[in-house]
Amino acid sequence: MNFEFSDDQKLLREQASRYLADNCPPAAVRTILEGDAAYDAKLWTGVGEMGWTAACIPEEFGGLGLSYVELCVIAEELGRVAAPIPFSSSVYLATEALLMAGSKDQKESWLPKLASGEAIGAFALAETAGRPSVDYLKTCASDNSAETALTGSKIAVADGDVADFAVVVAASDASAPGDGANWYLVELDQPGVARKPIETFDPTRSHAQIEFKGAAAQRLGNAGEGWRLTERLLDRAAVLFAWEQVGGADAALEMAKEYALGRYAFGRAIASYQAIKHKLANAYIKNTLARSNCYYGAWALNADSEELPLAAATARVAAIQACNFAAKENIQTHGGMGFTWEFDCQFYYRRAKLLSVNIGSEAFWQDRLMHAVERRDAA
Amino acid sequence: MDFNDTAAEATFREEARAWLSDNVPSEQELAGMDYVTSAKFWQKRKFDGGWACIRWPKEYGGRGASAIEQVILHQEEARFDTPMNIFTIGQGMAAPTLMTYASDEAKARLLPPMASGEQIWCQLFSEPSSGSDLASLRTRSERGGDDWVINGQKIWTSGAHYSDYGILVTRSDPTVAKHKGLTYFFLDMKSPGVEVRPIKQISGDSNFNEVYFSDVRIPGAQRLGEVGQGWQVALTTLMNERATIGAGYANVNFDVACKLARRIRIDGKPAIEDPAVRAKLANWYVQESGLKFTGYRTLTALSRGEIPGPEHSIGKAVGAAKTQDMASFCVDLLEMAGAISDPELAEMDGLIQMTYMSAPGHRIAGGTDEIMMNILAERVLGLPQEPRMDKGIPFNEVPTGT
Repeated sequence: MNFEFSDDQKLLREQASRYLADNCPPAAVRTILEGDAAYDAKLWTGVGEMGWTAACIPEEFGGLGLSYVELCVIAEELGRVAAPIPFSSSVYLATEALLMAGSKDQKESWLPKLASGEAIGAFALAETAGRPSVDYLKTCASDNSAETALTGSKIAVADGDVADFAVVVAASDASAPGDGANWYLVELDQPGVARKPIETFDPTRSHAQIEFKGAAAQRLGNAGEGWRLTERLLDRAAVLFAWEQVGGADAALEMAKEYALGRYAFGRAIASYQAIKHKLANAYIKNTLARSNCYYGAWALNADSEELPLAAATARVAAIQACNFAAKENIQTHGGMGFTWEFDCQFYYRRAKLLSVNIGSEAFWQDRLMHAVERRDAA
Repeated sequence: MDFNDTAAEATFREEARAWLSDNVPSEQELAGMDYVTSAKFWQKRKFDGGWACIRWPKEYGGRGASAIEQVILHQEEARFDTPMNIFTIGQGMAAPTLMTYASDEAKARLLPPMASGEQIWCQLFSEPSSGSDLASLRTRSERGGDDWVINGQKIWTSGAHYSDYGILVTRSDPTVAKHKGLTYFFLDMKSPGVEVRPIKQISGDSNFNEVYFSDVRIPGAQRLGEVGQGWQVALTTLMNERATIGAGYANVNFDVACKLARRIRIDGKPAIEDPAVRAKLANWYVQESGLKFTGYRTLTALSRGEIPGPEHSIGKAVGAAKTQDMASFCVDLLEMAGAISDPELAEMDGLIQMTYMSAPGHRIAGGTDEIMMNILAERVLGLPQEPRMDKGIPFNEVPTGT
């Protein structure tokens, strides 16, 4: 049994943790929360210089060719500090989409720039409220060719306002064979695209609404495989999102613990009351279950195992639950102070919920988990 | 990251598997035996083959194996249908205590028959008014010449009715603070004055007993640790308890609930298609999977020769409540028929109802859910204890409710 990070991976964690302590303190998160900047550009540049954006890109495209376990380590540390950068959109989604489905040309055009952090990518799926499915896609291309024009609109696209391109999920031509969807690679700085930043409950991560009005688009991957690709991409990204959430969950628990030890009521630390102790022990249990499930997810992602859909959904559901619980109970443990703008508890409360809807909600992933179990048992 | 054995572990696993497949008793061999007899039969065979208590030193019947080898043996044994193990309290809790505190003579005399299953041990700790607050126990020990004389009552003693020996914590001095007046012994359960009475549980079973002591004499040589040091000795026993009790028991689990949800119909469709049912099942899957992979992390630490981190202690706190919730949910899925517990008539031979009725015990035995949460909060997160009203007060002046 070797179900643990290697010494090299542990070293990477220490390095990442030190770097982020220096370059992403709470004050940096607050600057983005309170200011006009969409993300922390200095941190983004630094993260690129550290090679984190290049982690899983093959060396031939300017990447480091590390394993996905390394990327999981980085994700956890970014989650721990609630880093205000477009890492998840660009690395877990756009880069992965190109790696999964990009042609040689598409990869050569974008992967080196994604690796250095010079380019930012986004993933555009949602069109309306409610659970994403192939049936609700209205965005579509004018014809079924590889170079085409895209029309439609996408809402709540994470980092859509700052991205250089987006991978867009669109309905395929009704007469074409396949699963009903295509992927398109769309440069966002072009006349056929109108985008505007939208307000969300987590201003430390910017979002946009994007209109495509006959935008020049290249198909990414084969025609009629867009939904299958989307599901596969979501499975892969779910593991990485889950690690970010586990990092955030741990940080929120740590914050609650420190406050409870220092805050006195009725002559003793509130950390000595069972009402607080059991709450925090519960958070510890949820975090531990989530972390162990995330190990499974990391293994399945890295091994490209056929268990990935089940492992990803399990890690994702556990991490959503752990992160939301720790974030809300961190505020509760802080009492009134936790509800003030001045305190940093809000960072995790905002981020936890944002991460839990960004690539599909708890209910969406519970359902995917059960589908994966059903497929496994039917086999 | 991988799930593979090291080369040495793989060799050991093969060796264990080969021995087990040749030696696990057949149904014919066990025919007509009750569970105690068949348990002893299997344990003796393991002992004779060198597969009992393998972590123990050779002189006491073990083979000086590593922790990971013991886990591998358990995993391999779990693949077979073997008699119930009724030796864990002795081998898992009494033995480490004896190894730390008993004389060489006593260890040489007591440990080999414990390993072979010829002698069974029980644990005499809890009392009617001392459960979570174990150190408030009242069973008296007083000197009587070279012996000690014991009077009082213990409760929740698993297996007392078939045990040969017991480990016992007593109050030798009620005039000092509660942790300081305790003394620890082992005793022969056939001693005059020991009376064992089974307790009938809400499940109808009787796994536990009350044990009464009326002027029971214990030779002074059977004291473990110094007079008044019984609490320190008891901690050695208790540190080994969670590892013992967390061990699995056949019950309603995710696969059972899933199987049921496929068969039962809601509005003409299998229950498993109902979103509320799916969400619940998914949550239980996440918990089971989380515990399983937490176990793998513990194994990894053992495999590397490290001491596992605190994460392995969440099992009991999660598992017992989960089992209760799942059993309750499965009863509900059956609707009106959920009430039927007759194994001849009930779904799954009544397993669901049986689990529902036994689940409350698992949330209490070996440390209640609440005590487990205190342990996690205090020992893992480092949070302070609640203030204690009995701290530093002579035991006989501490307020009591009875």
